[in-house]
Amino acid sequence: MTNSMTQAATAPKISVKGLKKSFGRKIVLDGFDIEIAKGESLVIIGGSGSGKSVFLKCLLGLIHPDAGSILVDGAEMANGNKGARERLRRKMGMLFQGGALFDSLTVWENVAFALNEGVGRRRIARAHSREIAVEKLNSVGLPEDVADLSPAELSGGMQKRVALARAIAPTPEILLFDEPTTGLDPIMADTINNLIVSSVQTLGATAISITHDMASARKIATRIAMLYQGKIIWEGSASEVENSGNPYVDQFVHGRSEGPIQLQVRAL
Amino acid sequence: MIDFLSTIGRRVLGLFAIAGRLALFVARALSHCFRPPFYFRNIVQQFWTIGYNSLPVVGLTAVFTGAVLALQASVGFSKLTAPSAIPMLVVVSVTRELGPVLASLMVAGRVGAAIAAELGTMRVTEQIDALETLATNPMKYLVVPRVLAGLLMMPLLVLIADVIGVMGGFVVSSFILNLNESAYLINTINYLHTRDVVSGLVKAAVFGLIITLLGCFNGYNSRGGAQGVGAATTNAVVYASVLILFFDYFLTELFLTQ
Repeated sequence: MTNSMTQAATAPKISVKGLKKSFGRKIVLDGFDIEIAKGESLVIIGGSGSGKSVFLKCLLGLIHPDAGSILVDGAEMANGNKGARERLRRKMGMLFQGGALFDSLTVWENVAFALNEGVGRRRIARAHSREIAVEKLNSVGLPEDVADLSPAELSGGMQKRVALARAIAPTPEILLFDEPTTGLDPIMADTINNLIVSSVQTLGATAISITHDMASARKIATRIAMLYQGKIIWEGSASEVENSGNPYVDQFVHGRSEGPIQLQVRAL
Repeated sequence: MIDFLSTIGRRVLGLFAIAGRLALFVARALSHCFRPPFYFRNIVQQFWTIGYNSLPVVGLTAVFTGAVLALQASVGFSKLTAPSAIPMLVVVSVTRELGPVLASLMVAGRVGAAIAAELGTMRVTEQIDALETLATNPMKYLVVPRVLAGLLMMPLLVLIADVIGVMGGFVVSSFILNLNESAYLINTINYLHTRDVVSGLVKAAVFGLIITLLGCFNGYNSRGGAQGVGAATTNAVVYASVLILFFDYFLTELFLTQ
């Protein structure tokens, strides 16, 4: 532990080694390795059912991997005790695929949730947390009028924006995006991509996104990795992805139905 | 034959697995009831939705239970014994058995289903995962307020149901059977025993726990979209109702042997 602490200054922000997870007989992650440097924006691409979401949930400590380690700032996430996991989790913000806004709360209460309810953070007065929430809403291009609406009254794209505002509100060091553009029209998708890029830059955060939308990947990523059958089979800079020379990556990037990648039948 | 046996075996193992997971869930939920932080806003809100909002259903059930008891009793007793027998039958049955059991079954349908559907939807739309990523324990934020509300509101509801049930019997006996009103009230007080009321309230607290814990358990562990939420809701109501009747028998035995 002390050894890994002293290395933390030079070590990558997140280091994943030999991560394995299976559900029943179905192997989802099969020796997943990746290192992510501070301030980097990594996009993991891969087909549906390739284990992308499972990796994010392992990283958040929502799913316990069967084997392997996840080091965040040199501290163990995967096998650490509950308190350590919760401390690490406080460094992370997550944008869920469907937004996952709390529909029993108003928009501003959603955005300020971590400030109002989060354990271990200094609690602040509701009036002040509302101000912060409105500020965060403005930063994702939403006017103050939406603050008192309920999430169900908003369109899908607006919900995504609110969810993004909620993820960045506690100023996390690590931002995770689960298919941020799925289900959005191309214009709204581009808006969300721009917001992701600008909020990651403003926070100086390390970002990990998973997506199968190549337009989104090209826009967000500084580095792209491809996940196939539970392993990273290719990684490189965003510009290299077009001419990777890897038949799997080529098939995915160019969206061809014929190639080495076999279709995943069962959902995860 | 082998197939048949293996099916039975799998079912039995599945049942034990569910029982084990339920026991762990209950232990976790109850232990979180005693450990801070507490979300007082949520607790008060659940007291309101589980307690206050169940009053109409519980009240209606109670008034008709008392009324029909009085009506049924009027057939079996002579003109001479009816004025004392009817109030005795009503007050003893309502406080010991019918108040807690019928009120709890109605609340299981209303509250247990609502809890399972709400938590189930939160699970499948990743809202429960989102709570965890926002450094909030969903056990404390969602489960504890509901369980506390079940434990504390159910006895209050049953106390009110007892009063309303007796009044239902009073209305039928006085205005439909034309028996003496003051005799009814005096006999009610004569046959009203603290032990009966308290045993009913203890039952109510246990049933309140059963309803909310099963609602939370089924909702919290629901899987697979709309169909999963539907199954969770059904299971919450069915299991809670069966367990209420099951525990009612054993609690009654416990109180009668005291």
